[in-house]
Amino acid sequence: MALDGAGWHPAAWREPDARPHDLFTAGYWADLVTEAERGLLDFVTFEDGLGLQSSHPTETDERTDQVRGRLDAVLVAARVAPLTRHIGLVPTVVATHTEPFHVSKAIATLDHVSGGRAGLRVQVTARRDEAAHFGRRTFPPLRIEDRDTPAGRDLIAELLEEAADHIEVVRRLWDSWEDDAEIRDVATGRFIDRDKLHYIDFEGKHFSVKGPSITPRPPQGQPLVSALAHDSVAYRLVGRSADIGYVTPHDTDQARVIVAEIRAAQDAAGRAGERLHVFGDLVVFLDDDPEAAEYHKARLDDLAGPAYTSDARVFTGTPGRLADLLVELRQAGLSGFRLRPGVIGHDLEQITRGLVPELQRRGAFRHAYEADTLRGLLGLARPANRYATAVRAAGAVLP
Amino acid sequence: MTNPTTGKPLKQIHLAAHFPGVNNTTVWSDPRAGSHIDFSSFAHFARTAERAKFDFLFLAEGLRLREQGGRIYDLDVVGRPDTFTVLSALAAVTERLGLTGTINSTFNEPYEVARQFASLDHLSGGRAAWNVVTSWDAFTGENFRRGGFLPESRRYSRAREFLSTATELFDSWHGDEIVADRESGLFLNDAQAGAFVHQGQHFDITGRFNVPRSPQGRPVIFQAGDSEEGREFAAAEADAIFSRHSALEAGRAFYTDVKGRLAHHGRSHDQLLILPAATFVLGDTDAEAQELAREVRRRQVSGQTAIAYLEHVWNRDLSAYDPDGPLPDIDPDPGEHTIARGRASVRMFRDPLAVARQWRERAAAENLSIRELVIETTGRQSFVGSPATVADTIDHFVQTDAADGFILVPHLTPGGLDAFADTVVPLLQERGVFRHDYAGTTLRDHLGLAHPDARASRPRTSGTATPRATSCSAASGGRAR
Repeated sequence: MALDGAGWHPAAWREPDARPHDLFTAGYWADLVTEAERGLLDFVTFEDGLGLQSSHPTETDERTDQVRGRLDAVLVAARVAPLTRHIGLVPTVVATHTEPFHVSKAIATLDHVSGGRAGLRVQVTARRDEAAHFGRRTFPPLRIEDRDTPAGRDLIAELLEEAADHIEVVRRLWDSWEDDAEIRDVATGRFIDRDKLHYIDFEGKHFSVKGPSITPRPPQGQPLVSALAHDSVAYRLVGRSADIGYVTPHDTDQARVIVAEIRAAQDAAGRAGERLHVFGDLVVFLDDDPEAAEYHKARLDDLAGPAYTSDARVFTGTPGRLADLLVELRQAGLSGFRLRPGVIGHDLEQITRGLVPELQRRGAFRHAYEADTLRGLLGLARPANRYATAVRAAGAVLP
Repeated sequence: MTNPTTGKPLKQIHLAAHFPGVNNTTVWSDPRAGSHIDFSSFAHFARTAERAKFDFLFLAEGLRLREQGGRIYDLDVVGRPDTFTVLSALAAVTERLGLTGTINSTFNEPYEVARQFASLDHLSGGRAAWNVVTSWDAFTGENFRRGGFLPESRRYSRAREFLSTATELFDSWHGDEIVADRESGLFLNDAQAGAFVHQGQHFDITGRFNVPRSPQGRPVIFQAGDSEEGREFAAAEADAIFSRHSALEAGRAFYTDVKGRLAHHGRSHDQLLILPAATFVLGDTDAEAQELAREVRRRQVSGQTAIAYLEHVWNRDLSAYDPDGPLPDIDPDPGEHTIARGRASVRMFRDPLAVARQWRERAAAENLSIRELVIETTGRQSFVGSPATVADTIDHFVQTDAADGFILVPHLTPGGLDAFADTVVPLLQERGVFRHDYAGTTLRDHLGLAHPDARASRPRTSGTATPRATSCSAASGGRAR
């Protein structure tokens, strides 16, 4: 489930069951995540950005008729962590202007405060207005149609390359403390075994980071890394660095092609055999009967002006029909779905109280949480620590 | 109630709880000592502080693990969670307690820090505070994009501009922009909400801030530096000082000095609170507390810790010395400090040769070993005694202007505050110098600070690096719902 403001439709906040005055309160987010947990969902993602939302993909706008303003996604996730017990919490983190050292300890801490339910969704930004909020670099103007020019492709490739380095640093820092580094050995006076703390010594084009982290290894060892990907260069990032890729196929055939491309990227990155989830993203407008769902979306489109379009497939219909579609898409190799509710105040409960029972009836969804960690819910083992392995391997050749 | 000697109304004491830190004040070897990372420790500590009606909880910061002699220092607690993330989670398990985070102005950017504090203030219902600290060393910089980019002489210049920039971002929303009128379809009533322009020596940024005005308008600002520059920074910009001066005379001198600077900045006496860090040991009787305090000091300063501490002054490897023997007869190395890295405290020894001379003389006169000398020099707790004695002493310090209250640093995690909450706080309440319950909901309410008015600070388009004229105004126009 992907949470953003009042929902993914720009007019969502105007619906009677939206709570536009509560968007910046803890209670609003606690209610949403608690409801998602009631529906036994694997995790929720929280959208974020380093600038105001915009109807334009690469520049700011001055609209006043849509939700503007967001709370920091990591802080929102941390705020709801003590109020929930099972559901995974996956805030968006922008790699482009942020410090990997700060991000690594923030997500490690989210994992500590949630008892092993943290992940992150990495995102890059080429928006010029966001770069100007930091004043440290500038980007050329990039229109949506420029994305397929050589200059546009180079810029996006460079940002994704930086994001891959960012994730690499974040992951190394998570491993920079071995699990049993804290020894509290009163006899020798040592709180830690410093041989079990490791410098990461990362040197890259955009940053160099020494380590170790100031935060001990998180409960999951490696919290989950996820990314939304729309094209080959982003699929390579998913194949190389992520545990979950969110993709936007509009039908089963597209889904098959995308999954194959990600699997190839995964193999090329030397990760063959590792469990890498590919989730399909869908925007959903749901109601108990098809006409009501159509009316639900049409009313929003009337309010907003142009009909709503999205990078992801837009589904309008009943929870039962959506369940059929998800089961069908699963045949193409998708291992899960990230649903973006058109109107959170309406479609969230349609998912948790409508879709979930439909999926359960089809034997396609859990009846109770089977694990306490996000890795556990997604069938991912707790990974070994890369540095512990290195030490053992080195030790094997020493006398 | 009034003070019988001065005839003035009794000052109300402010109390805060410092989560035990990564230094030797924290005794981890005690069987009762718990995790410094598990959220349950933070939750216990915060709930105790809130049960006792404390003003706020305080978290320190360190962005690189300390090293000594080229290796990670392993004798003290090592490791801590991310400040913002823990504070936001604590907002879920407390209702009124203020949440103060120490955040560096060197290895961060104003836009990001401002949105984190504004978010924390929203998510806690107006309980966020920011202890602004400076850093400059290349050692810490090795963990960040820019490395050791900032010379020491520029650190306060950057800190001041960082804070003034963040303030412009906080004030870029006035608190009444979100109308969310379903009928007219207007979510914002201002197409330029959050607009800012800042051009200065350290930051040249422009655009729109993306967090609407938070319940307190801006987080409460703390300052912790003790240098001349630090004191001026505090007098000009801060709402409270986290000071080191917990002894009576030194506390009064500091209090008088810093409060005396306020008028130059157009601020009144009560717009800056002085809150020294203070340690304490409680016992059923004063004698028992003194005995316990000695035991705590011995646990805080092991033989190894004593040698390590001496190395900070000597700037040499002293591992060959016996901590139970006499002080080294060689002199400190007066060259560049290389032995200990990642510690602010080593800078306190401006003249190590003089310190060494003084310590040798004292050790000889009192027949002290290395460990005994370090215990005597460093380990003194601020308040030792029965609950009545400690309550009495704290009240005396506050009523005689050595402080406005204290940031208490227990030596045990997570239960180190429990006895204070159960025994000393009720005595202070009986005296009428500490709240029985929270009167307001925000940290500004607890500290008696006005809510800032966004529109009073400056027009949003002026955006220069000039210091803001007044830090707070009593007007309530900018106070968000």
